[in-house]
Amino acid sequence: MIGYLIRRVMQAVIVVLGVCLIVFILYHLLPGGAFSQGRLILGPRASVASIELWIQQNGLNKPIWTQFAILIGHVFTFNLGYSYKLNEPVATIIAQKLPKTVLLLGLAVLVTVIVAIPLGIFQVLRRNKPSDYVLTTLSFIFYATPTFFLGIVLIQLFSIHWHVFPPEAPQAASVGGILADWQALVLPVLTLAAVFIAGFSRYMRSSMMDALTQDYVRTARAKGLSTRRVNYVHALRNALIPIVTLLGLTLPAIVSGALITEDVYNYPGMGLAFYNAAINSDFPLLIGTVLVAAVATVVGSLLADILYAVLDPRIRYV
Amino acid sequence: MMPPSDVPSQDDIFKQRGAVQADVVQSQVGEAPMEVTEAGEAGGVGGLGKIVWRVFAENKLALVSIGIVVFMLLFCFVGPHVYVTNQTSLVVTSAGQVLAHPSAQYPLGTDPNGYNILGRLMFGGATTLEIALLAAGIATVFGVFFGATSGYVGGATDAVMMRIVDTILSVPTLFLLVVIATILRPSFWLIVLIVAIAAWLVPARLIRGESLTLRTREYVQAVRAMGGGGSRIVVRHIIPNAVGTIIVNATFQLADAVGVLAALGFLGFGVPAPGTSWGQMLSDGITYAQAGDWWLIYPAGVLIILITVSFNYIGDALRDAFEVRLQRR
Repeated sequence: MIGYLIRRVMQAVIVVLGVCLIVFILYHLLPGGAFSQGRLILGPRASVASIELWIQQNGLNKPIWTQFAILIGHVFTFNLGYSYKLNEPVATIIAQKLPKTVLLLGLAVLVTVIVAIPLGIFQVLRRNKPSDYVLTTLSFIFYATPTFFLGIVLIQLFSIHWHVFPPEAPQAASVGGILADWQALVLPVLTLAAVFIAGFSRYMRSSMMDALTQDYVRTARAKGLSTRRVNYVHALRNALIPIVTLLGLTLPAIVSGALITEDVYNYPGMGLAFYNAAINSDFPLLIGTVLVAAVATVVGSLLADILYAVLDPRIRYV
Repeated sequence: MMPPSDVPSQDDIFKQRGAVQADVVQSQVGEAPMEVTEAGEAGGVGGLGKIVWRVFAENKLALVSIGIVVFMLLFCFVGPHVYVTNQTSLVVTSAGQVLAHPSAQYPLGTDPNGYNILGRLMFGGATTLEIALLAAGIATVFGVFFGATSGYVGGATDAVMMRIVDTILSVPTLFLLVVIATILRPSFWLIVLIVAIAAWLVPARLIRGESLTLRTREYVQAVRAMGGGGSRIVVRHIIPNAVGTIIVNATFQLADAVGVLAALGFLGFGVPAPGTSWGQMLSDGITYAQAGDWWLIYPAGVLIILITVSFNYIGDALRDAFEVRLQRR
């Protein structure tokens, strides 16, 4: 187990280094190179000499491998540079935005799990009956719906037609303030969760179906346990284990979905900050947010893997 | 570096994806006649095609989906020749031509630039399908060669190649794609490439898994004994024998490509004007739709959903059909 943990953490570190490399390459693909970045930061009236000084101060004239080493150092000390547009350190901006995105993601994952698992079980118990087919078709449709389109449709229905929920996400500065404005939070969370409910309930359905064909279920039936007990105690507990892995693997997609959702509802999180940075060519913020999103995703997947190992004692890690 | 074997790998999860009618088809397995030739060279494909088609055709939803895809192809590529509209230059002749409601003259109305929406759906659909097909094609070819090589060569090369895949797979793709689209100016081919970058990882992983098992088969050993080189084995023996996995995955790739393209279009990274795609049409229409001009977004949205669902159903049915082949071996 310890060996597995160490190996898995090592893999995660390698992946993070790989992400740094990708980001570094992207940074060097930036139009105009170091000089025009200096121009962007120091403004149009800066003299050539002061831009060259800036380049020197930021080490952008050093050999490329030294620069990469500096980037790695910065990443591990959480020094992500300075946003051109917002005039604030990138780390400060991310520290403000990240908890809000984590809140949105957490709520969406919670709703997904709460809805998808019973839905999947329901479909197994009613399999090949009309209700199963209807739910299957529905989940296919939701799975195929682009997140932003779903968001727009929900706004049309719930905000413009029925005036139930506001069309804009909470704009409060603190996480507590966002939670207090829970009505405005309903639509963003629903939008983000809907697509994943579709995928997870399908997976839950096949996982439960698998579990029901196992020998231990037959044994449980043979010794006379009630169907209810067999279904919920023996099959369900085993069917839930792969869901944890799925959660870890879906995390990158959920984070991508958050980018779209935040954009649709103007939710003040990482995704929106990233998107605004992309539009404004605010490269330090852009690169910083990608890096943090990637690292957070890797850590999330790592946690899901470890949880999986803890949950399933049958697995031996050598 | 290998994960413990009894932990479900990512490959399993991807195979599970849309494990929909697997149980429905199970019942038909016993009836399929034995037609597959002794596994090996790709010679037995004729019989394989028949058996795959038989199981596939039992899935009525998949047949309907094929019908929808064919209809969409006709709509997008033949349609503009039948229903001729101007989609490339701005010619607004009257005030009534801008944001016109659906009418006999404009069956689905017009957009803020005066373009006929029905014609624009064909025009943008052609771009959408071209990008999806090209991106899925590039991703599949590259992913298959990458994965087959990785699995066949094994050892340190395999470890490095798979860590590359893991790294890109663990980054939320949309973030990566938007950064690339911000740095480089989006054009038709850049978008194709961007969508392909997001897509090649899954086939690479799947085919690596296949390749790991296929390389131990007798016929591969036989080729090696006769002096066949690594590239011959990969191209002539491993890839043809993984063809089922490849085809099934390529179908899902198409569905995903439409989705990624729509998301990129929504974020404002689409083909340059006057070109468009369904995702861009949707995105451009949002503001007007909230004021009541529904025809700007709903037709495009429905088409995106329809084509994605169809590709997914076809992929599911194909997977069931190819799995039957595997079980008959």
